[in-house]
Amino acid sequence: MTIGLYAPGASALHRLPAGVKLGALVAASLALFAIPSTIVALAAVPVAFAVYLSTGLGLNRLILELRGPALLLCFVFVFHALAGSVEEGIAAVARFAALILLASAVTLTTPVSEMAALVERLLGPLEPLGVNPAKVGLAIALAIRFVPMIAEEYRQIREAQAARGLDRNLLALVVPLIIRTLKAADDLADAIEARGIET
Amino acid sequence: MTRDVSTRDIVYIALFAALMAAVNLVPPIQVAFLPVPITAATLAVMLAGCLIGAKRGGLAILLFVLLVALGLPLLAGGRGGLSVFFGPTAGFILSWPVGAYVTGWLTEKNWPRMNAVWFFIFSVIGGIGVVYLIGIPWLALVAKLSLFDAAKGSLIFVPGDLVKAIAAAAIAETVRRAYPLMQAAR
Amino acid sequence: MIVLDGVSHAFDGRPVLADLSLTLAERRIGVVGANGSGKSTFARLLNGLVVPSAGSVLVDGIDTRRDAKAARRKVGFVFQNPDHQIVMPIVAEDLAFGLKPRGFGKAEIAARVDAALSRYDLAHLRDRPVHQLSGGEKQLIALSAVLVLEPALLVMDEPTTLLDLRNRNRLAEAVAALPEPVVMVTHDLDFIAGFDRVLMIEDGRLAADGLPAEVLPFYRERMR
Repeated sequence: MTIGLYAPGASALHRLPAGVKLGALVAASLALFAIPSTIVALAAVPVAFAVYLSTGLGLNRLILELRGPALLLCFVFVFHALAGSVEEGIAAVARFAALILLASAVTLTTPVSEMAALVERLLGPLEPLGVNPAKVGLAIALAIRFVPMIAEEYRQIREAQAARGLDRNLLALVVPLIIRTLKAADDLADAIEARGIET
Repeated sequence: MTRDVSTRDIVYIALFAALMAAVNLVPPIQVAFLPVPITAATLAVMLAGCLIGAKRGGLAILLFVLLVALGLPLLAGGRGGLSVFFGPTAGFILSWPVGAYVTGWLTEKNWPRMNAVWFFIFSVIGGIGVVYLIGIPWLALVAKLSLFDAAKGSLIFVPGDLVKAIAAAAIAETVRRAYPLMQAAR
Repeated sequence: MIVLDGVSHAFDGRPVLADLSLTLAERRIGVVGANGSGKSTFARLLNGLVVPSAGSVLVDGIDTRRDAKAARRKVGFVFQNPDHQIVMPIVAEDLAFGLKPRGFGKAEIAARVDAALSRYDLAHLRDRPVHQLSGGEKQLIALSAVLVLEPALLVMDEPTTLLDLRNRNRLAEAVAALPEPVVMVTHDLDFIAGFDRVLMIEDGRLAADGLPAEVLPFYRERMR
């Protein structure tokens, strides 16, 4: 299933297990925040960029990914510059840029299903605390199932409200959407129980 | 944490995570007198707390955050993936489940007297108060900014958030009268 | 076989069903009644989704009040709206969903899923996202997801309401070919005209019980 931001490919990063990639990402972020050196932060950017390019995904995708954070990073830099420390600003922006690049590389090379399986595995040790990984897995699957259902319900409701001139009224759109999807949720809970599945 | 969560709770949790995702697909709304567009994310945070309570509401938004981390492009503007958790505003995103929990906790404690005004007040406390209380220090810490600068940069969003709290209160009050959820349907 | 003995049910203090005593043993049983007559509650009593306020429901000897879980395993339930029944995002995942808790291995689950899908020539839908399917395909997937669990009998709650005529006919064919006994709640009187028995529920009471040729004309007359 190719949903989400995952982009299929055959690079080394694509083949690496999700757990290894996630572990490396966490280690990199801890290191970058623990070492208060501008040089290290600056050096991390080209390294992260190289890692990103190794996935074989084009620059178009990168620009799309970074459009949002870029604006944020500008703000961060401006605040630092106004506070009088341009060097601090450069270091902060470089740190974020490197980590965002690395994290994007992980997300783009790991299918959602593999990430979900990793989450279930990582939650395993928490079972004695009452966390049930199977329930978390069910919740993830149900949420993915609900998104297109909600979109379709919303389309129908907007049409019905447009017919009486209420398609720009937030209450007229959201209240029926919530009530109809709650009904669907109640039915679905019945259906899960009807299949003899107890959680 | 999930031991006392029934099948029906899981379905509700998944539904509100999906509603949060759907709400984020609505393009940001530009209101004339506000400097920044209103994105809908915290509207769903407030609604989750108001409508399905502390535990389920908090877990629903936590599930949404997890879905984003797994690589689904569910944040405003189609953003998602692990990268958002390494950006300067990660604290705001991580504060959402806590905000929903707090709004839900206050709503549950005061359920018999709930009306639009209380929904508004609790939405402001959970969906604005808690979110900024976590988001701003996080921003200050990771971007190495002073708390004051971090707060200054964030406060332009407050007017939009207040508009959302009004919307959340109106929606929650209408749904409360139409579909009683807090007594755990059936 | 399902045996109801003195079954009454109230929901929020409001009586929905009153004093039903029935033995359901025929291969095909239709249930008719106006909206709000209590027939959906009746269907949900048969598999323990609803437990009676008074009296008992025995599914092959299992009391739904004592062991609702075991009763549900005996009775497959098909709902009106397949979108509210299908749990997982992908077709094959949904069929596998009910099998996993029964302790089957991966290969066994895959084999059973494939067998269930080929029963209605649905194998080509195996890896498709559910939301891309047509209403008729979804209803057949919902039916397959129930049949894969090998229930002893099936209860269907208005399964044709949301289907167009072609898909309704396709479902009629599928139901006709089922070896399992079926209890079907429906407004589609043609669908059950060939059944072995029809129950008519009115205001929570059994108003008629007999062959379709006797009950259906009576029901049509009452609905004028």
